[in-house]
Amino acid sequence: MKFKLPNPGLEDRILSYEQLDSLEEKEAGDRPKWDNKTQYMLTCVGFCVGLGNVWRFPYLCQSHGGGAFMIPFLILLVLEGIPLLHLEFAIGQRIRRGGLGVWSAIHPYLTGIGIASMCVSLTISLYYNTIIAWILWYFFNSFQDPLPWSQCPMNANSTGIVSECERSSPVDYFWYRETLNTTPNIEDDGGLQWWILLCHICAWSVLYICIIRGIETTGKAVYVTSTLPYVVLTIFLIRGLTLKGSLNGVKFLFTPDLAELAKPSTWLDAGAQVFYSFSLAFGGLISFSSYNSVHNNCEQDAVIISIINGFTSVYAATVIYTIIGFRATERFDNCLSGNILALLNMFELPEGYITDSNYDQVVQRLNETSPEIIQQLDLPTCNLRTFLSEGVEGTGLAFIVFTEAITKMPLSPLWSVLFFIMLFCLGLSSMFGNIEGVVVPLQDLKVFPKSWPKEAITGVTCMFCCLVGLIFLQGSGNYWLSLFDTYGGSIPLLVVAFCEMFSVVYIYGIDRFNDDIEFMIGHKPNFFWQATWRVISPLIMLVILVFYFITKVSEKILYKAWDPESDNFPTLEEKLYPSWIYVIIFILAGIPALAVPLVAVWKCVMTKKRDKYIDNIVDQIQINDEIKKMPA
Amino acid sequence: MEDVVPLLLLLLCVSSAAAQLCAPDASNGYKVRLSLLTALGDEAYVWNDSEMFLFRAAMAFAMRTADGQNYNVSNVLVCDETPRVSFWFVVTSPLNSSLLVERRQVEEAVRKSRNRINSAFLLTDNTLEFLGIPPTLVAPTPPSSPPWLIVFGVVMGAVGAGIVLVLGTSVMQSRREKKKAQTGFEEGEEESRAEGNGAASDSVYNLSFSDDDRLTQM
Repeated sequence: MKFKLPNPGLEDRILSYEQLDSLEEKEAGDRPKWDNKTQYMLTCVGFCVGLGNVWRFPYLCQSHGGGAFMIPFLILLVLEGIPLLHLEFAIGQRIRRGGLGVWSAIHPYLTGIGIASMCVSLTISLYYNTIIAWILWYFFNSFQDPLPWSQCPMNANSTGIVSECERSSPVDYFWYRETLNTTPNIEDDGGLQWWILLCHICAWSVLYICIIRGIETTGKAVYVTSTLPYVVLTIFLIRGLTLKGSLNGVKFLFTPDLAELAKPSTWLDAGAQVFYSFSLAFGGLISFSSYNSVHNNCEQDAVIISIINGFTSVYAATVIYTIIGFRATERFDNCLSGNILALLNMFELPEGYITDSNYDQVVQRLNETSPEIIQQLDLPTCNLRTFLSEGVEGTGLAFIVFTEAITKMPLSPLWSVLFFIMLFCLGLSSMFGNIEGVVVPLQDLKVFPKSWPKEAITGVTCMFCCLVGLIFLQGSGNYWLSLFDTYGGSIPLLVVAFCEMFSVVYIYGIDRFNDDIEFMIGHKPNFFWQATWRVISPLIMLVILVFYFITKVSEKILYKAWDPESDNFPTLEEKLYPSWIYVIIFILAGIPALAVPLVAVWKCVMTKKRDKYIDNIVDQIQINDEIKKMPA
Repeated sequence: MEDVVPLLLLLLCVSSAAAQLCAPDASNGYKVRLSLLTALGDEAYVWNDSEMFLFRAAMAFAMRTADGQNYNVSNVLVCDETPRVSFWFVVTSPLNSSLLVERRQVEEAVRKSRNRINSAFLLTDNTLEFLGIPPTLVAPTPPSSPPWLIVFGVVMGAVGAGIVLVLGTSVMQSRREKKKAQTGFEEGEEESRAEGNGAASDSVYNLSFSDDDRLTQM
């Protein structure tokens, strides 16, 4: 006997099989539909494949034992990613509502899950588009030769180069000063940066025109935004492999270090990466799936999209590391030739006396004969591994490391334009899913009047997000963004995903769900799906949630600031957040997560109140009837 | 035999005087360092006396251009040559061969004709170094209008036009539909009423009346 919580009235809230079939035949209903299967697949792939595949996965791969990281990644992909994806697709296709409607149809008390995923989608939409604005800024600046981040600008009285740039590097300076104009700490807001404001408006305008009529316009846009990144990645792979030192990078990335598999943090990071990479629990995937025809094979779709997502992560990691290998080799060569020159000059030796191969022996010999001079020279040690393992992720990888590598390649403006177009497409296609996860629940909650056309709804949403997103355009915007990224998009999603699985399996009922899938695709889900949905995946989600929560709560809440006045400039300085930030963190992470139980309790109380009210009315009618029946 | 000794002594005097004028760390001298292999790789020439002669001639040329006086190759004294290919040089005045030209004047002359001196040796500011005379920085000229604004303007214009177009077509479409609905309203009124009754059985039940069983079990 399978465990199932009582759920009266479920039949009345969802369409029966006959109704679904008749809906299908008559093509009735006002729900939008995909023009063809390709659009649906491209939209889902675009939503799943995002900036994280390019700048988070390669870093995790390299820092957790290279090729060995594939093992936990693939295992958790199969045990956690694919089942959750299939579940979301199937439930969306069956109940045919958006991310919020699905949960309120399964049980009104579960509306909180929908509200939580809407809040998370909203939080992420706010800051994700700012990253796209930064990408646009770099894209606009790529149409010049030499690229503006390849050299330092002159200072005010043209006596030399700007000191902040001289002490760090041209790419650092361009990112932190000319793009962000960042303040030394989060309390100084630094005012709005007008150039990024323009790019921000441009980013929201481009997004608006793509989602203006919902999937009618999104479906056309994804033909470009989902396919272009693969084209550009291939171009970069071919270019990268022809550069010197690229194979060093690829070898470094994939060299397995099996000792890392014993550490729990590796598995935790792999699980979290699989989860976030699939964009689960946002509500967007459920919504996209609900526009499909009822008998679409969602099982096949889930498997195909998971494979594509996994493959893209590995492919992008390879491409990124060919370029990083090139950059590290370049740095190593420069370091070595700088040292050699210093030695030649100091000891007045002829050129060609010291080469790359005999460098170490010569240094040793010189150290024996004249150690004080060597000491005085203070030669930096040149180690290729150190340069390769300058593991950078996130915005640092894209805007500092990669841009620097591009300046060293011939025809740099071309590579820069291609790279930033690729990042733009990756980000934009993910934004489609995020906005879907915000707009459709708002429609379900009837926030907008019914008479409003779709264009007005998407317009108001975009306008609102654009205005709130102005926080991230200040001087301290980068710090706010990483705050939102760390706390807004992590714990609530894990809570929502766990609740989703629990609700579908134990409140909707796994038996009913199996029957639904048999009705939709023709055969019952096999033992693998049963085992993962009922036990394995919820367990993994719970473990990841608990460990994530513990690590986040126990670690000191620090942020890395770019402070030209700090002692170890240009290294980023770690600073403590001010105490009022804890309130913001609670709002970001706590409120969506708490929305699930709170809304359930509130709905319960409202139902009891309404039942009591109805009881009172019924009693009143009864009394009236008895009075009428009594003889006068 | 007796003639040779004073000649030898004279030569010694002259050379020692020259040696005293040109010495490493001389106050009015500069150290020069050439990096031929770095600059030219396989096409590097060998540094020999002829090349040194060319250097002294180039320096004399630079002094002439800056000063106007008739400097000669003999006015440029070189010493302390090393296998690195680095050496010290000083410049003597053409009027008085024991008087050295001021450091500043030599620097000015080198700065003025730096390009010509570099080209004579197929080298650059970094590979033909005058230690103490920094290479002149080329100030990057900022473009008149920032190029990014142009690209931004193009993209924004295209997107803006697109939005206006889409909104315009949807407004026109809704107006057309409203007109059709108005003309077809009178004809379809009967049909729609009949359909309305039938639709109730297909729609989802209103939740508040689903607790019927509770009422009947009184």
